[in-house]
Amino acid sequence: MKKILALLLALCMVFALAACGNSSDEPAGGSEDPGAAESEAPASGDNVIKIGVFEPQSGDNGAGGKQEILGMQYANSLTPTVEVGGVEYTVQLVYADNQSSNDKAVSAAQELITQGVSVVLGSYGSGVSVSAATAFGDAGMPAIGVTCTNPQVTQVSDTYYRICFIDPFQGTVLANYARELGATKAYCLAKQGDDYSVGLVNYFVEAFGAENCIQEVFQEGTSDYSSYVTNAKANGCDIFFAPVSTEAAALIIDQAATQDLGMTILAGDTWDSNVIIAAAQGKDNVDIYVTTFYQEGGNAEFDAAFKEWINSDSVNLENNGGNDMIAAVSVLGYDAYYVALEAIKAAGSTDPAAVLEALPGVNYQGITGNISFAEGAKDATRDVAFIKYCNTETGVWDLIGEQGVE
Amino acid sequence: MELFDKLLPYLLSGISVGGQYALIAVGYTMVYGILRLINFAHGDVFMVAGLMMVYVSTWAPLYVAIPLVILLTVLLGFVIERVAYKPLRRAPRMSVMISAIGVSYLLQNLALYVTGGLNKNYPTIPWISDTVSVFGATTKMVTLVTPVLTFLLVVLLVQLINHTKIGMAMRAVARDFETSSLMGIKINNVISITFIIGSFLAAIGSMLFFTNYPGVTPTVGAMPGLKAFVAAVFGGIGSIPGAVIGAFIIGICENIIKGLDTLLTTFGVIQQPLGLSTFADAFTFVLLIVILVFKPTGLFGEKATDKV
Repeated sequence: MKKILALLLALCMVFALAACGNSSDEPAGGSEDPGAAESEAPASGDNVIKIGVFEPQSGDNGAGGKQEILGMQYANSLTPTVEVGGVEYTVQLVYADNQSSNDKAVSAAQELITQGVSVVLGSYGSGVSVSAATAFGDAGMPAIGVTCTNPQVTQVSDTYYRICFIDPFQGTVLANYARELGATKAYCLAKQGDDYSVGLVNYFVEAFGAENCIQEVFQEGTSDYSSYVTNAKANGCDIFFAPVSTEAAALIIDQAATQDLGMTILAGDTWDSNVIIAAAQGKDNVDIYVTTFYQEGGNAEFDAAFKEWINSDSVNLENNGGNDMIAAVSVLGYDAYYVALEAIKAAGSTDPAAVLEALPGVNYQGITGNISFAEGAKDATRDVAFIKYCNTETGVWDLIGEQGVE
Repeated sequence: MELFDKLLPYLLSGISVGGQYALIAVGYTMVYGILRLINFAHGDVFMVAGLMMVYVSTWAPLYVAIPLVILLTVLLGFVIERVAYKPLRRAPRMSVMISAIGVSYLLQNLALYVTGGLNKNYPTIPWISDTVSVFGATTKMVTLVTPVLTFLLVVLLVQLINHTKIGMAMRAVARDFETSSLMGIKINNVISITFIIGSFLAAIGSMLFFTNYPGVTPTVGAMPGLKAFVAAVFGGIGSIPGAVIGAFIIGICENIIKGLDTLLTTFGVIQQPLGLSTFADAFTFVLLIVILVFKPTGLFGEKATDKV
């Protein structure tokens, strides 16, 4: 009896290990998605070029990371090969889950480097990118930041480039918009030790005026946000600025509705997600505005094809949060994949060093706009953000407008 | 009066979360009382109860889902004890503790596998999710239900322990493990029932907790579990009323600290916010250390006749 039990336990453990292994190597149910299917059947001989996907697939930012990966997988399904120096190579996406955690990010980065990828895409969430930047830099591995907006990401090492706008810009846009809404006092909430939310709050406060802001931070693992909502009300604020992860956002929205917050909630690009829509739908006493990279409808042809692709596979649908709403991060993930291909083509080699050299010269017309790097800059030139409003009645994002800063 | 108005929302949050900690803390303290084991997997049982509700409610109506989830959670607690702890009954205490940590990680990783690491939205349970207004502070009905329900359940539990045969057996086992087995008490049954009661309370606690904070992730049990454990130690581990009082104290203090900056600036005590809300969690653990230093047995703990 005891032996059987021990055996059963051992089996359990093996299963659990296998489960962990699976989730870190590829997105859940990976063997069914087109990206991995492509990689299992090397179409053109043995010529394979690997592109690393450095994204969170679990933890606070798991939902966003999965949506960003979807964009890359879609691009990969459309363009599964690339010509390198006259020879056709099959592109294989190699996944590493950084678990939304700054201390797991470095080992995920190392994993990609040892797998021999030519270039890395990611990550969603700035903290993990900042942590991994040194590892990529030391290995001479070119990395393309997709939606990590904290300026530090590209400053830590020489090999990190980025294709989205950055937080000093986004913070200013948000502060300007808050003023436009007639706000005079802002309550700012960030997560302790999270580079993204703390950074964005700082830039917002800088632009909005520190004397007009109440700043607070919450700890990792918090699920009780009721007192923060109470604080905002008690201080007589008229803007609730909380650029936190979508997981925390859903709970904050729920509390805001329960306590009847009575002020506009403002947030950055992370909130542009169907998780927020799902949390806010039907709660007609919450007003949410976000800034983001892309508005669904910006390119009808792309939207339709991408939706069809998402709907064609239940795994994709699940990774996108259960419906076919297009997240801006997916579109940027799609663009990032093509930027990587352009760099590889220009390099004419699978060698990371050659790709790194070719990367600054890339000029690509993406779905989210033109992507190019100014002389000596590692951040793509971006000067427009979209502002969206969460329509709690219809459950979609309404476009308010595009905004830049002078 | 103005102080009361300002303080009330924080008190309400504190009482509500305190009640939920209390239901988990009772599970810790009962198991400790009988087995001298700190059941690290208890917070994860709480998380699994939440997760089961998410999945069960997709196909079953709530009046089926709620009893079913409670039943499944109880079963889970029972199975964990039988598989992971019972074979180690004669092993050193440390081995059981490590086994408990193992179960905790196993549950978290299984949840990670099932959910894919994503946040799951907890279903809305009608009535207790309704918004109510208490003296001008708006909150959910669950905030008011929690302390009442906690109180009722704990009173029932104390009655069970003090006035039934199985309760007497529990007290006997807690007093002296070996002697009570010599007296013909079926130790294994008593332990199983302890785990069943603990898991039952954790299941109720999870329903109240997730109605208030409706996001279930694989690690969501860690923080409430840890705080409930601190509450159990604070009240004197092994003592049920101690655990409940400890849990309410921690829940209320935690929420008042989150709002302390606002309260102090409102009443002109300080001019600039000090960022005190950052220390809400730190407070819980400082409390643990202080208690352990000055009163190692906790508020209501038994005097150390233990042979540990």
